[in-house]
Amino acid sequence: MGLAPPAAADPFWTLPRLRRWFRRALLHMGGLGLMVKDLVREARKPWDVGEILRQMDTLGVQSITITNLTALSTGLVFALQTAYSLSEFGGKLVIGRAVVLALARELGPTLTALMVAARCGAGMTAEIGSMAVTEQVDALRALGASPIRKLVLPRVVAVTAMMPILTLIAVFHGVLGGLIVAVFDIKIGATFYLSTTLQALKFNDLMHGLCKTPFFGLEIALIGCYNGLTAHGGADGVGRATTTAVVVASITVLITDYFLSKLFLVLPFGLH
Amino acid sequence: MATAPPPVIELRGVSKSYGGTVVLDAVDLAVRRGEVLVILGGSGTGKSVSLRHMNGLEHPDSGEVVVDGTAISHLSEDELVPVRRKVGMLFQMGALFDSMTVFENVAFALWEHTRMTEDEVAARVREVLGYVDLGPEVLPLLPSSLSGGMKKRVSLARTVALKPDVLLYDEPTTGLDPVTAMTINRLIVDLNTRLATTSVVVTHDIASTLFVADRIAFLERGRFAFVGTAAEARRSDVPGLRAFLSAGEVA
Repeated sequence: MGLAPPAAADPFWTLPRLRRWFRRALLHMGGLGLMVKDLVREARKPWDVGEILRQMDTLGVQSITITNLTALSTGLVFALQTAYSLSEFGGKLVIGRAVVLALARELGPTLTALMVAARCGAGMTAEIGSMAVTEQVDALRALGASPIRKLVLPRVVAVTAMMPILTLIAVFHGVLGGLIVAVFDIKIGATFYLSTTLQALKFNDLMHGLCKTPFFGLEIALIGCYNGLTAHGGADGVGRATTTAVVVASITVLITDYFLSKLFLVLPFGLH
Repeated sequence: MATAPPPVIELRGVSKSYGGTVVLDAVDLAVRRGEVLVILGGSGTGKSVSLRHMNGLEHPDSGEVVVDGTAISHLSEDELVPVRRKVGMLFQMGALFDSMTVFENVAFALWEHTRMTEDEVAARVREVLGYVDLGPEVLPLLPSSLSGGMKKRVSLARTVALKPDVLLYDEPTTGLDPVTAMTINRLIVDLNTRLATTSVVVTHDIASTLFVADRIAFLERGRFAFVGTAAEARRSDVPGLRAFLSAGEVA
């Protein structure tokens, strides 16, 4: 008694909710599109290289620990699972190949992007969002400076440029994780593991993974900055914007990963 | 017969709504050169919104905003830069950049818009901090280590660094103790005279209004119900303004 009816089962309750969600999604995409238009215009002006380098350090270099730990752990577990689950088919002998190909083509780029979305996407949104709700973004405009040039452009360039570097280092750490399992658990020997790894890894495999990462970086930075700039309603609003940014950036990375993978497989010069 | 000089800022039939709520309803207002005009009104009546139209931070749904003879309602952010150099704004909480020191905050607009050397910038920063009675000891401080009154004074110094013709003040005394509020009021009057600027002050503080205002514009239900001098305001029969003034005087 006194409880709300089982609303989720009621289509008349669900429909307006879906409509509101769809409207919000469209507004979000529209706003993001307008911000990109402004970004393209501002990108034609001289860049603040010092600020870009500072952001590369903050958003890129300082993310190395978390992206490497993720890749190392993935390499360890992937090697272990491959060796045991494929043991009947000679799994132990193929762990070097399996680890390096999975990491270089998919797991390295995607997991690095998800970690960067969580760490940097959240950081960017929280920082710019705090500025927005305390009128610092308006103060920039009132002083005749562009928030897009001052805040968005350096972060977008920094994350886009750092993603391939972070991914490359992460793949290396993933292979290292596999090596640890190969030597200390499976006991197939470091030389054998490394030689199968190097034999398996082709330049195209690495490029297939690395070429996706600037797109991931671009998406993460754009979504993070946009949600920060549009944050409103004090600390609560910044919190909501940060959560939205991380969720939307992560989903966008996962969705575009499929399409970029597909694209790189069908391109005439073929990264397959 | 001498004609009156054109207003430095003019709102012509400006309307603005947010989510279906009408905040400004075809308002007209002319700000005369050299005066201190106070926009008075209760919370949520659109005072700050009207102020933010004067430097293009907001664009009207209809109507026109004219600054020094230039219609600014349809200008892009790039085209608004010269307008914003002429019209400086002090924000309610100061809006100092958290990650920058006092020096960097005040120097920001000089680095952004002038070709001054570092020595010239440093000299100008010290000069404008002097206007607001702050010494060089605050230069290396971050905004987080400043009191509310000091933040507003630094913000004021940052606003006047580029020598604007017009100063917009958004609730300059809100959240300050009476003594600090009076210091800010004196600064508003002092800077208006010393720098030969025009000032528009948004507030609901009656004491502040009566101290600084050459004219008062009373905003009520999206329209300016009264525009005139403080003496005329006291004689006004606009019920909202009478209630506002008497409540303020009692307080």
